[in-house]
Amino acid sequence: MNSWALILIIVFYLACLFGIAFFAERRGKNSWANSPYVYVLSLAVYCSAWTYYGSVGIASKSSASFLGIYLGPVISMPLWIFLMRKVIRISKQHKISSIADFISMRYGNNRALGALVTLVCLVAVIPYISLQLKATSETFGILLGSNNRASIGVIKDSTFYIALLIAVFVAFFGTLSPDTSKRKKGITTTVAIESVLKLTFFLVIGVYVVFYLFDGTQEIYHQAAQKMEFNNPSAFGGMENGFNWLFNICLSFFAIFLLPRQFQVSVVENHNERHLKKAIWLFPLYLLLFNVFVIFIAWAGNIRLPQASNPDYYTLLLPLQAGNLWLSVLVFIGGFSAAISMIVVSTLALSTMVSNNLIIPYGFLNKLVKGNPRDNAKSVKNLRRGIIFLLIIGAYFFYINFSTQLSLFSIGLISFVLIAQLAPSFFLGLFWRRGKAKAAQYGMGMGVLIVIYVLTSPVSDSRLAFAGMDYLSLESHAFLWSISGNALIFVVFSLSVKGNYRERNYAEMFVGNENYENLEESAFIWKGEAYVADIRSLLYRFLGEARTDRALNLFNRKYGIPEKEEKADARLINFSEKLLTGTIGSTSAKTLLSSVSKEKPISLVEVLEILEETKETKASNKLLLEKSKELSETTQQLQLANEELLLQDRLKDEFLDTVAHELKTPITSIKAASEVLEDEEMPKALRAQFLHNIEQDADRLSTLIHNILDLEKLSGNRAQLNLKTQSINASVQKAIKGIEQIASKTGVDVQFHPDRSLELVYDEDRILQVLTNLFSNALKFIDKPEGMLRITLKDSEKEVTITVEDNGKGIPKDEHQYIFEKFYQSKDQNTKKPQGSGFGLAICRSIVESHKGRIWSDPDFEQGARFMFTIPKQI
Amino acid sequence: MSKHKILIVDDEPNIVMSLEYAFKKRDFEVFIARDGLEALELAKEKLPHIILMDIMMPHMDGYETLQKIKANEALENSKVIFLSAKSKSVDIEKGLELGANQYITKPFSIKKVVDEIENMI
Repeated sequence: MNSWALILIIVFYLACLFGIAFFAERRGKNSWANSPYVYVLSLAVYCSAWTYYGSVGIASKSSASFLGIYLGPVISMPLWIFLMRKVIRISKQHKISSIADFISMRYGNNRALGALVTLVCLVAVIPYISLQLKATSETFGILLGSNNRASIGVIKDSTFYIALLIAVFVAFFGTLSPDTSKRKKGITTTVAIESVLKLTFFLVIGVYVVFYLFDGTQEIYHQAAQKMEFNNPSAFGGMENGFNWLFNICLSFFAIFLLPRQFQVSVVENHNERHLKKAIWLFPLYLLLFNVFVIFIAWAGNIRLPQASNPDYYTLLLPLQAGNLWLSVLVFIGGFSAAISMIVVSTLALSTMVSNNLIIPYGFLNKLVKGNPRDNAKSVKNLRRGIIFLLIIGAYFFYINFSTQLSLFSIGLISFVLIAQLAPSFFLGLFWRRGKAKAAQYGMGMGVLIVIYVLTSPVSDSRLAFAGMDYLSLESHAFLWSISGNALIFVVFSLSVKGNYRERNYAEMFVGNENYENLEESAFIWKGEAYVADIRSLLYRFLGEARTDRALNLFNRKYGIPEKEEKADARLINFSEKLLTGTIGSTSAKTLLSSVSKEKPISLVEVLEILEETKETKASNKLLLEKSKELSETTQQLQLANEELLLQDRLKDEFLDTVAHELKTPITSIKAASEVLEDEEMPKALRAQFLHNIEQDADRLSTLIHNILDLEKLSGNRAQLNLKTQSINASVQKAIKGIEQIASKTGVDVQFHPDRSLELVYDEDRILQVLTNLFSNALKFIDKPEGMLRITLKDSEKEVTITVEDNGKGIPKDEHQYIFEKFYQSKDQNTKKPQGSGFGLAICRSIVESHKGRIWSDPDFEQGARFMFTIPKQI
Repeated sequence: MSKHKILIVDDEPNIVMSLEYAFKKRDFEVFIARDGLEALELAKEKLPHIILMDIMMPHMDGYETLQKIKANEALENSKVIFLSAKSKSVDIEKGLELGANQYITKPFSIKKVVDEIENMI
């Protein structure tokens, strides 16, 4: 293939990545970079070119052993919900931006430890980056048909330029903000897209090999079995191989947490804790898909390709051999994606670590302290950019000089073994309060030395045999001895060293982070003297005046600190430390702040006391807040209840008022009549009339009292209904009988002609009361000689409607809605209601409503009055 | 001297009956109305010296009737006395403000009412 065409494709591809990253950064808050899928896909930066090419290489020799590297992450995923969430919470809380920051912060912001972690990561990751360059370069060569890179020289080597382009990409999108704890959406988004590409192309080549070059997996298996003369090609190779497998699982388990690039994507770039829930099933699924075809491609390569071919590149060589150049280009692009995303994220993470944990705290800090803020932000950015270029160029030279002889798989594995040295201080530090900074340094240092010794010692073979485990691979040996030594030293030293108060403070906050995660500034333990003015001028240098003032104003407002306060307290120290941490890393932030303050040591007892105290204050504040909220709710409810009561009270007042008025009338009448009766000269007939009046008024009085009591009983729901199933027809007849005499006297024609009998459940006495009331009202208002009172029953699905209508003078239009109110007083309070509608209808309504029915008068009925009420069939 | 004329206005016939008897006994000329409208008509016609009136009545209440009476020049010599079961001070004040000469609450003593009215004349 023409090299210019391929270079054109590569340049075009890189241009696309730039575009996407640019777009993602511009989109800001609404960007899909915030989606959980982008988060999960960015985790797949784990699958580098090592995975893309190397696992086929390994599978071609030892079948299933490549799988161990994927099983670790898969096994770890369920733990993420608990473990990774804790790490993410702590990191967001302390503005942590790298694994070095995390570990050094845990051990009291220890500068040396942060630097050591950074060095370990550099040693582990630079060869790993060079591995990506190696893969890119070699696959480039394969596509062009030449395998002769060494003769080209640096200037003509296209890999060098590709590496430079990648460096430009990282330098640009990785340093947009001087605050390293900020998410880098552009980079994350491109990584996610590359993850889609590499998986897609790998699946494409898998399908192509299995179903196009061969006739399915069965055929590959049989041919491979014949050619390679193995009986069981998928076996693990016994107990010994099993151990190697186990170590690979352990290694990759650690790596998924500790690799700088994994920490970057899973912790620093995490936008939402809930994305973890998606990750725990989607990420293993991704890894599974990546490995579906590996073994078949490996066998296919063993069958079809010449013995001398590099098995790492079977995926490229197979389509090339079949003359399918474009498919090879796709595979190349997939591998290229895998390589770029790994390089980008790794250099980004490493540059943060190198700048924040190595260069700034060791020397560069003084320069920053003297500089002005704008220059500081610029120089920090430039520093990181420089580091990014150096890292990539360093990796390139490592690749040229050392890595040509090593296979992809072994470089990857060694890198994992080195990274695993962070495991004891990281994992134990999360759950064990007693871990100490010194112990972490010694353990880590010892682990690295053991790894180097095992891997480089010429006599290592005999030493391994001495241990009686000569079946273990070199890497497994290195891992086993280094991690054991590391952990042992860490634990022993942690137990024997006392440690300082800062270590204990942070240990408490990391291990018990659930208890303190909401405490924020107030949880910070610090005792000493510092002046706000000093801190302010320090912050100016790094954040600029505007940002500093804004931040401090917010801080003062939050804690209610007066603006003129001169002395800084622990909260301000911690707040400032967090502000600075994002920009220059936690170690440097601590160093800077201690330069403007005099810190005094605190005992462990004090630490715990302060933590407990702030926790309690927080809790009691929360309790207070809840209580006051409850109180205001109660007050509101009380207010409502009060209003209701007032209304009830007013109604009651009105009721009593009216009752009094109603009672006064007959009493007045009786009293007046009695007085005039004292006149002995009164004629006898008149005397009889007055006596009759008195009797009448006494009756009226007793009826009134009876009605009032009745109404109160009914409206207070205190009346027990005597419910029975009975014929409503019979009850109507009974009620008619009661008024028959008066009706016939006044010549009123009572009509009741039901077409059938209806059975209902009701209290007969009460319903009779309603009917009688309605009937006597009607009789009272019929003023014609041909009076008519008609009762009809209407049966419907749910209820029976009883209608009582007459041809009397009817009810005034505007009175219909009020006549059922007890003692209804029309709008003009002093005008009397229509006669007869005092209590009766109110009682009727209470009775009907206690039967769950309704009562109303028909305003459209013009011949007279028409009252209707319902009795539901189910009460 | 001619008889004193009194107009009794109430919708409670039994009360009216007692009052009518008592005033007639004292030699008053008694006229009777059952509501405000009737009272107004009768007052214009008979020009009573005293109008003894309830407040809560159908059609037109006592306050309104009083206002109409006060608006009528022919009735400027008629004294209005309320006889009401409304015993709250606001009601009484309202009645007196509107120009009633006296406000008597129910239940009342007939003897006292008659004495008071005789004193007024």
